[in-house]
Amino acid sequence: MNDLLLFFNEIWIARIPLLKGLGMTISISALAIIAGSILGIFVGLSLTYGNRLLRFFVRAYTDFVRGTPVLVLVLASFYILSTIGVDLSPFEAGVLALSVFCSSHIGEILRGALQAIPPGQTEAAKAIGLSFRQTFTSVLWPQALRQMLPTWVNTAAEMVKASTLLSVIGVAELLLRSQEIISRNFMSLQFYFFAGLLYFVINFSIEQLGKYVERKTTIPS
Amino acid sequence: MGYTLNFAVVWRNFDQLLAGLLLSLELAFVAILIGAAIGLITAFGLTSRHVWLQRVSMLYVTIIRNLPILVLILFAYFALPQLGIRLGKIESFVATLAIYSGAYLAEVFRAGLLSIPQGLKEAGLAIGLKPMQIRTSIIIPLMLRNVLPSLSSTLISLFKDTSLAAAIAVPELTFEARKINVESFRVVETWLVASALYVFTCTILAAIMRQIERRLTIGR
Repeated sequence: MNDLLLFFNEIWIARIPLLKGLGMTISISALAIIAGSILGIFVGLSLTYGNRLLRFFVRAYTDFVRGTPVLVLVLASFYILSTIGVDLSPFEAGVLALSVFCSSHIGEILRGALQAIPPGQTEAAKAIGLSFRQTFTSVLWPQALRQMLPTWVNTAAEMVKASTLLSVIGVAELLLRSQEIISRNFMSLQFYFFAGLLYFVINFSIEQLGKYVERKTTIPS
Repeated sequence: MGYTLNFAVVWRNFDQLLAGLLLSLELAFVAILIGAAIGLITAFGLTSRHVWLQRVSMLYVTIIRNLPILVLILFAYFALPQLGIRLGKIESFVATLAIYSGAYLAEVFRAGLLSIPQGLKEAGLAIGLKPMQIRTSIIIPLMLRNVLPSLSSTLISLFKDTSLAAAIAVPELTFEARKINVESFRVVETWLVASALYVFTCTILAAIMRQIERRLTIGR
């Protein structure tokens, strides 16, 4: 009982760093998913509709990113960019790495969704005289979006999990803040558990949101 | 700018990188073997008729899938000793990775189990097999063949996850690359070679697994 009181007392003492860390985790994830989605849409479109050359380069990009561990992407982005004279803070380098990682996933998801649409629909759109742009915006994209949305939401949870890797390059997100607190009070069991609990709550909520979106977007058959 | 590439240091330490790569592969293989066993048991739990078995399995899967793996790794290595569970770096990392992959494989195996036609089990009963025999000689082999593609992508992502062992100083590929980076400052070269090794190995692994899948597919 005394231990528990001690633990709550320590949490109260550390409340500001913990909240800052949580805020940082959320900002990293949000930025990575927004930037990654924008980049990912270009990746997906290039993979599906690009000419041979563009497809080759974008395919090489996605394969390279997907074949490399995220931690290596984070470390490489942090160390390489500063060496070649691009001055980025650890935060910026980390968010860049996560966005690149996210873009390859979103790109593949979008490609899958677009290719799952029966080609007859494109032909029908052509037959009634729609331009490619019109076909895309009013026939293909809405259907692809419906199929992507649940996975998209779950990618947000992936980003929250991947944001912990930025602690390695010194970004003061939730995990690094917890480690700092532990190095002060040595309560590793309690504070790793507490950090885990916070991550669980965030990710579980996102997962439930994903399931909700999935229920809402499936067409009843 | 003004950075000239010079791979000399990286080549000089290439055997270190290869040793790291080998350790990464070993970690991934051991973890997926144990993880598959955990996943299989959990999948039977998930599809079981006993409600409490279902709940316990679901709880494990939900908790693990919603936690960042880095937190699990640090927890296992730094926090468990407080409870008297003291493991070496490699043991604690492999155990964490196995428990982590077990939760993902449980979902894969569950889908596989549900895809086995009920009639096969009935046929097994009809020729007098016991439920355990039906599992080991009919259901599991068929299910494993069906889930092989998911199994190979899990293996590849586990191989990439071994990079996180660097956080607790296990000398795998990322750790070795970091060491070379810190010692030599050949930053661009080190990380290019390290990522190339990862990408190359992932491609080879994927090709091998595809070959195995092809071997095991029944002609249709």
